[in-house]
Amino acid sequence: MDPLSWSGILLQMVQQFAAPLIAVAVTFVVSFVFKRRLGIYGKLFDSVIGMIGLALVLFWVFTAFFAGALDMVGTHDPLDQSAMMKKALPGEPYSKLIGEPDPNAGEHYLLGGDNLGRDVFSRVVDGSIKVMLIAPFATIFAFMVGITLGLPAGYYGGRFDTVLSFLANLVLAFPVILLFYLLVTPEIKETLIPRIMAGTLFIFPIVFLTVLWNSRFRTQASKRNLYVGITLVMGTWVYLGIAWDADPTGIISFPPNLLVVFVSVVFVNSPTVFRIVRGLALDIKTRDYVAAAQTRGEGPWYIMLWEILPNARGPLLVDFCLRIGYTTILLGTLGFFGLGLESESADWGKMIIDGRRLLSANILHIAIPPALALLSLVLGLNFLADGLREESLRD
Amino acid sequence: MGRFILRRIGVMLLTALCLTFIVFFLTNLYPNLEKMAKTEGNMRMSDAEVESYLQNNGYLQPTLVKYGQWLGVLPGYVIEGTDGKVRAKCATPEKPVEQAPAFCGVLQGNWGYSNRLKKDVDVVIGEKLALTGILMFWVMLLMVPSALILGVLAGMREGSKLDRTLSTFSIGTTATPEYVSGVLFIAVFASSAVGLKWFKGTATSAMDNITFENFFLPVLTIAVYGMGYIARMTRASMAEVMTSQYIRTARLKGVSFPNIVMKHALRNALIAPFTVIMLQFPWLLNGVVIVETLFNYKGFGWALVLAAGNNDIELLLGISVVSVVVVLVTQLISDIGYVYLNPRISVS
Repeated sequence: MDPLSWSGILLQMVQQFAAPLIAVAVTFVVSFVFKRRLGIYGKLFDSVIGMIGLALVLFWVFTAFFAGALDMVGTHDPLDQSAMMKKALPGEPYSKLIGEPDPNAGEHYLLGGDNLGRDVFSRVVDGSIKVMLIAPFATIFAFMVGITLGLPAGYYGGRFDTVLSFLANLVLAFPVILLFYLLVTPEIKETLIPRIMAGTLFIFPIVFLTVLWNSRFRTQASKRNLYVGITLVMGTWVYLGIAWDADPTGIISFPPNLLVVFVSVVFVNSPTVFRIVRGLALDIKTRDYVAAAQTRGEGPWYIMLWEILPNARGPLLVDFCLRIGYTTILLGTLGFFGLGLESESADWGKMIIDGRRLLSANILHIAIPPALALLSLVLGLNFLADGLREESLRD
Repeated sequence: MGRFILRRIGVMLLTALCLTFIVFFLTNLYPNLEKMAKTEGNMRMSDAEVESYLQNNGYLQPTLVKYGQWLGVLPGYVIEGTDGKVRAKCATPEKPVEQAPAFCGVLQGNWGYSNRLKKDVDVVIGEKLALTGILMFWVMLLMVPSALILGVLAGMREGSKLDRTLSTFSIGTTATPEYVSGVLFIAVFASSAVGLKWFKGTATSAMDNITFENFFLPVLTIAVYGMGYIARMTRASMAEVMTSQYIRTARLKGVSFPNIVMKHALRNALIAPFTVIMLQFPWLLNGVVIVETLFNYKGFGWALVLAAGNNDIELLLGISVVSVVVVLVTQLISDIGYVYLNPRISVS
């Protein structure tokens, strides 16, 4: 079989990405038709930068979804090694020296093989799953921690604020990479530290939701009890499973490798969120509607969560997008230094540093694809944030 | 002002103490010590051998005590080992156990010994800091002026085509972490596959002899990532200044546009970026670690990776002290500079 030409590779890649591309197109058409009824999301379609950003982000979201849930986009098993394909050039036909080639696998290595003879294209696609699983959720968790602590710090001020701000500055004064090197090592996993950190950080979402429902429906006892009850039962269940690996039903568990990465990423991000939320709360608490709520006799948590927080949503939404991008960069950094992952798994950062060693031998196709993948995702998130900022400033 | 600085220095010292204690605690966890003992001795040491090694060398004392000894506020240990030999923390080949001083910690100027590099920590850090200082100097020299020019050009006519192009460019640079841009730069400018071969893909030779060819890519890689952020801050600050009353007055008076930008707007627009540039230092430190690994330039960041990867406790502590001090001092300078530059703010 002949190797593919560059146009053949491009064509085949578009075919492989057909499902996510169609999904992006459908989302765009539907959103465009109904854009006037979609609030801030609809307004995004008035800004070119915002649309480009959204398209890039959606592309990777759908790629990760189709690859992870339906096993569609990649052409080969990302872990399958073939001695014939070591450092193979892009478009080379797939063959194996030892063992039977997988009959379902594609006929070519579209972007060539890496130094162990694995398909670079499938690995890049596979790498997106991990990013999509960790980055958004870690950012949400960091936001919950930052909001739950930042609102009262800004609203009450005083000693509580001083202590928390000191702690936040303490974490921020750490060079991130040093922190990662201390927290994400195989040795640390043998100790209780990741579990204790997870146990502390993951309590905040439960606290946040409980206080949120309680302050809103304080006067409607039945509704309050229902919401708070559901939050507490579900929350404790997930909490025990994720943080302490002690789910009584045994359904929820979290691989310890991933837990360390997840926890340290949340830990690094939450002080910054704390500072932003605190600053916003300090500013918004002087507004008239807050004074009105205070005169009405609303409780402090109601004012914080239902008066201050909704009015801070613009800057927080923008920061949320930026922060997912930053978290993606952090995950890449972890992979770059080989921290916190199984040696085999496809990780963009790890692939970049592996490929870098071969750059001097003029083999570019191993390092460039994951680098461009990471770049396009983070660029998309930053464009999206910029579009959101522009549109939310407009009204 | 004096009291403000004193208070800030107090908080700084407290922060530095807390941070070094955290690093100390994390590096002194038992699994880490076990790994260190095995790299020092041999990989097939039994658990009992590891324990007696650690016991003999004073690693099994309570963490707080060890921290006090490292800091130099508690007397160094003198332990009679299981093999009958007496070891003291402060003993050196020149000064055996009997003559060793009681205290030998950071406060006495003794930063310890790097197990991995077989040198005193202060010597290692001095060497590495000098190398990284050169890198940082060139990065600043490239990054700050280009970021300020970008930001001022974009911010002087907000919403214009030039503004949109430059802003998109700065968003692009903030979205490109060093390990991505570095690899792309090496691929395009240093490999013969593309054929440009303008620069060298490694900076190892730059440690002895810096040339444009071997040093430009690492400098560019760090500068690009940090540039976008400063440019955006400058743009925002410039755009704000351009809408203020006195600029309108100047325009109505008939001052030409270049004159307004250069003489009236620029000075006020540069106050905010100054703070940002100072606060960029901790970020640059991360960039330095990545770029030094990527380009194999054996400076401070490279030493951090080496020390952390090998659990070289004393070197790692020395490095974290230095980096924490750098971060805190730049924060202090940024605060003082902001007050100094901005007549509207006063501390008392």
